[in-house]
Amino acid sequence: MNDVLILGEVKEGSLDLRTLELLGVGKKFAGDLGVGLSVVLMGDAVSTVAEQTASYGPDRVYKLEHPLLKGFGADLWLASLQQACKKINPKIVLLSHSLIGMELGPRLACRLNTRLTTDCIDLSIDPEDGLLLRTKPVSGGNAISVFKCPGEPQLATVRANVFDPAEAADGKGEIVDMVPEIDESMIMVESIEVVKEEVVALDKADVVVAGGAGLGEEDGFEILQDLSRVLSKSFGNVMIGCSRVAVDKGWISSDHQVGLTGTMISPDIYISVGISGAIQHLVGMIQSKKIIAINTDPGCNMFKVADYGVVGDYEKVVPALVKRLEELS
Amino acid sequence: MKEIGIIVCAKQIPDPEAPLSDVSVNAESKEVIVDAPQVISPFDENALEVAIRLKEEIGAKVTVLSLGKKVSDTVLRKSLAAGADELILLQDEAFEKLDSHSIASALADAIRKIGEFDLVLTGRQAGDWDSGQVGLILGEMLALPCINLAREIKVGDGNVLVKKVISEGYEQVRAKMPALVTVSNEVGELRYISRTKMLKMLRGAGSIPSWNSEDLGITLETLEKMGIMVLSSPPDMRRDCEFLDGATPDEKADKLAAVFKALR
Repeated sequence: MNDVLILGEVKEGSLDLRTLELLGVGKKFAGDLGVGLSVVLMGDAVSTVAEQTASYGPDRVYKLEHPLLKGFGADLWLASLQQACKKINPKIVLLSHSLIGMELGPRLACRLNTRLTTDCIDLSIDPEDGLLLRTKPVSGGNAISVFKCPGEPQLATVRANVFDPAEAADGKGEIVDMVPEIDESMIMVESIEVVKEEVVALDKADVVVAGGAGLGEEDGFEILQDLSRVLSKSFGNVMIGCSRVAVDKGWISSDHQVGLTGTMISPDIYISVGISGAIQHLVGMIQSKKIIAINTDPGCNMFKVADYGVVGDYEKVVPALVKRLEELS
Repeated sequence: MKEIGIIVCAKQIPDPEAPLSDVSVNAESKEVIVDAPQVISPFDENALEVAIRLKEEIGAKVTVLSLGKKVSDTVLRKSLAAGADELILLQDEAFEKLDSHSIASALADAIRKIGEFDLVLTGRQAGDWDSGQVGLILGEMLALPCINLAREIKVGDGNVLVKKVISEGYEQVRAKMPALVTVSNEVGELRYISRTKMLKMLRGAGSIPSWNSEDLGITLETLEKMGIMVLSSPPDMRRDCEFLDGATPDEKADKLAAVFKALR
């Protein structure tokens, strides 16, 4: 078949934006290679989403519906995706670099005996041999590498927000039912319960006040809360962020973590307090419109990427700033 | 209960948090040059911490595996100082710049050679290539239950119980051991190791076992290198920082407040 195949993901009953981005780049490759574009959708009931997906004009939407595919469970999703790949025999398979793609990608690569490149920020096809050129930041973002790997299908997970999402098409893709051959005996990891927690949507913040190891203790975040409170009077949506180290130390939950393995954000203002600025953190906030840094070490990375810097003890500077902002408001 | 066997895969890499000025890219040799000391990759340290906590809670033998072209036992001895029982270096010229699949394959050979184990722990990804594949591929190769991105790990009744990171909170999952779990940083940082303890371990008489490809029965032709076509520097991130000076914190805060006012 030689198709370009995409794994579709569903968010709140609708096609995930990241899947639309995959559809965008997938459509281009299918055109370049003169092959079809297919989407696989998995779940217990995906008919509505399949209709929605078809309207973006892929050639085929494979609907893998099964009661056991309700919610994401890696073992059965993997088995189903593997079976779909065997039947469809795609040339290229693209997954989002989402929690689902991160988990399925390596295991799928192993089962199909092909090689995966994760978290790609660009993809193109080498006209010489038709293999994917996979561009990926490495070393936390200190370098950009272009990889080429043997094996078929050519397999990659793709970072969010790097490709333009597909737009609704005139033609409508064909919806194909495909029955996965799965049963409970294939479940090696059993799901006991899904526990929902209150999580911050950092990517929706207008302003982020973030703390790191330099806070010295968990209570430091209370000082940042004070700043967040006073800023929210003038700046809309103000949220608390943090570095990986602050999570490692157990000071704050990981939904606040900014960076490569946290959330990538681009707020109007990013205020970094006691964060030295490891590259893995910088790549997650460098798109901020204005960056303000407070740190005791004038030589730290964060000042190299900041617009405004204060060298000093945050425990003195931030409360003084809060007081001044209160007077001004 | 019988003591369980935990294997932790830990990679030695140049300090991934080195200052930007100490990192450069050699496009010709396709290498990232980091002028910083070698360390254990941070997420692997998280995995090691989990293993040592389990050892304290329920009793376990913790074995650390580290694979590379050349692994420094002084860097990896930190794992022993932290509380691991055994360290095995997997070293061979042929292990240079391997792709994730080949690394996982060599680790799988080493784990089969060890034989008995209940739990394999890896970090979610290594701080040099950020690939995030080796752990899960290793699990597949050993035909183990695989759990990705653990933020809490408990063991009981022959099962591993994991709180797995999901976008809206966590998922409590359970698998029969032996199993493989990749560890995320939410589990917490590696414990503090006193200088005395570290020095004692460095001066320790015990030699660290080292296995090469022959010891592992690896056919060299099966190992594949990463296919790097181009390696380049990222776009420059630097901005011109305007430092807000002042004799006192209040003066600095005043200037900063003025900046916020202007940004409103």
